[in-house]
Amino acid sequence: MYLARRAWAELKNEILVLPSRTAVLLWVLALLALPWAYGDAYVLRILTMTCLFAVFAASWDLLAGYTGQVNFGHALYFGAGAYASALLSLKLGITPWLTIWAGAAVAALFGFASGYLVLRLRGSYLSLATLAFPLITLGILFAFPDFSGGELGISGVRRLAVTPVANYYIAAVSMLAIVFGLWALADSKFGIVLHAIRDDEVAARASGINTLRYKLAIFSIAGAAAGFSGALFAHYLRVAGPSTLEVALSFQVVIWGIFGGLATVYGPVAAVFLLYPLTEWLGSFRNFGELRLLAFALIVLFVLLFMPRGLAPWVRDKVEGQCPRCKQRNGAWRSVCRLCSAPALS
Amino acid sequence: MLQDIFVTGLVNGGVYALLAIGFSLIFGVARIVNIAHTAFYMLAAYCFYTLLVKAQLGFVTAALISVVGVTALAVLCYRLVIEPVREHEAAVLIATIALALVFQELMLLSFGGHYLGIPSTLEGGVRLLGVSIPYQRMLILAVAAAMLILVWAVLYRTRVGLAIRATANDLEVANLMGMNVHRVAMVTVALSVSLAAVAGVVVAPVFVVDPFMWLAPLVTMLAIVVLGGLGSMKGSLIGAIAIGYIEAITVFALPAGAYLKGAVALAIMVAVLLVRPEGLFGVAFEEER
Repeated sequence: MYLARRAWAELKNEILVLPSRTAVLLWVLALLALPWAYGDAYVLRILTMTCLFAVFAASWDLLAGYTGQVNFGHALYFGAGAYASALLSLKLGITPWLTIWAGAAVAALFGFASGYLVLRLRGSYLSLATLAFPLITLGILFAFPDFSGGELGISGVRRLAVTPVANYYIAAVSMLAIVFGLWALADSKFGIVLHAIRDDEVAARASGINTLRYKLAIFSIAGAAAGFSGALFAHYLRVAGPSTLEVALSFQVVIWGIFGGLATVYGPVAAVFLLYPLTEWLGSFRNFGELRLLAFALIVLFVLLFMPRGLAPWVRDKVEGQCPRCKQRNGAWRSVCRLCSAPALS
Repeated sequence: MLQDIFVTGLVNGGVYALLAIGFSLIFGVARIVNIAHTAFYMLAAYCFYTLLVKAQLGFVTAALISVVGVTALAVLCYRLVIEPVREHEAAVLIATIALALVFQELMLLSFGGHYLGIPSTLEGGVRLLGVSIPYQRMLILAVAAAMLILVWAVLYRTRVGLAIRATANDLEVANLMGMNVHRVAMVTVALSVSLAAVAGVVVAPVFVVDPFMWLAPLVTMLAIVVLGGLGSMKGSLIGAIAIGYIEAITVFALPAGAYLKGAVALAIMVAVLLVRPEGLFGVAFEEER
């Protein structure tokens, strides 16, 4: 009874007071409850993919948004995870439940290596140099078609689970775990150091922070998260193909990340949950299917004209304000701060 | 084989130089990483195809209309899409990606995904040093050289060029000296896209035209620009020739070279960056705050 009252108090005082936190709670509940309410296989399939791409986009945001290492080749980690997991489970016959971790580990290694290579670069140089890595990998894969399956990729990979509902839960639960993990990481002291590196690396180093170690760590972590989603993707679609390494995927994640709002974690996730089902839904119309990518690009362009900082920060600023005295966030409708009762400046 | 490498490298290098110098120019002046740059090259090729094959216009008219039309379109896109979000670098970046996707999809819708061939502008060829060079490739080389000289003349011998170089050097000071930096940026966009459009028109008869033809040169162009140093014209030119030759050598000399040509070029770019993080001819920027 005590615990229940405590939980209710936490819920009322910490979550329901802010619209953004309420929205996150509702989103989590909706994700977990969806298969009971509406178990259509097609919808579940789209949402499974959405969950996997949400992990991918969130890991990009950790690297690009928080640390300022705008990576144009994030597909490298996705593809590394997908190929590593698929090869291990197919060639060595290891169960997929283990190989997805191996895929994440390989992707983390790729993250570490690519991070090490671009340590001295910054800004646009870094973006354009990272663009090269997945393409180099792709060229090597194509040059050894016996090993990598060439342009067809590795097909016939085993699934993690048989039913659509089970697959959906695997994707949804791992997505929630990873995204909240990344969010917690970004909110911790570690995340503050990342902000410092993005804003001014020289000043951060002058303050005694070993920025190189932090950059390598964040490249590895982002790589591991992206590789995990890539491995799940390969086992879900039962194929690890060259499309997981293509420029198109790298650009796609850049669009999701910036459209949702940089340095927020929840922004890119929200962008994926809006844009991916939307484009799939548009594609389901027969006459409209060819216009899918066109509609996607036009939506991004138009929304950007009105919200240049991204979708999530724009919405958040509409429904919430910051207390001028104690810097806590308040619902936009309140006239005094909920914590220090300072009058809100409109 | 040596002669093949020599000719292919020179011709590809010329085309890459046209693309890379335009990209470098717009990056230097407006700090825009224009992903849509090669999409304009693709548009010019399609425009040339329509006017030449469908509308039966002459080569010169079709080429002129294509270049002018694509340049006008680029300036329009810049005014409508890029300029409103200029302060937000990230927004500019994905705006250019989205623009490129829009053009790709529009071409896919109106022409379909199959390859289109364009008849050569000049038939026949000449044998030189035991290797036959089609006139079309000579034309590409000549046009590339002419355009590069023209750009050099504009940049270093006119008042507009002076303004462009000044803005690239320091935007705020140029603004304080009474230059209209917005108009300078617009002129630069027109200049750089017209270079891409010329490249698209001259290579259309040699390469195949399809809606995805912008991706491969985009990656190569970015590699060249980074290799030479962002914003450096000389670096872009030398980088273009170097990458053109590296690709030619890979294709002709290595087994499975056609697959590896991009990988080798990019690996060399990464190797150069490891030694010189600002590229071959880039200026090591002071910490921009």
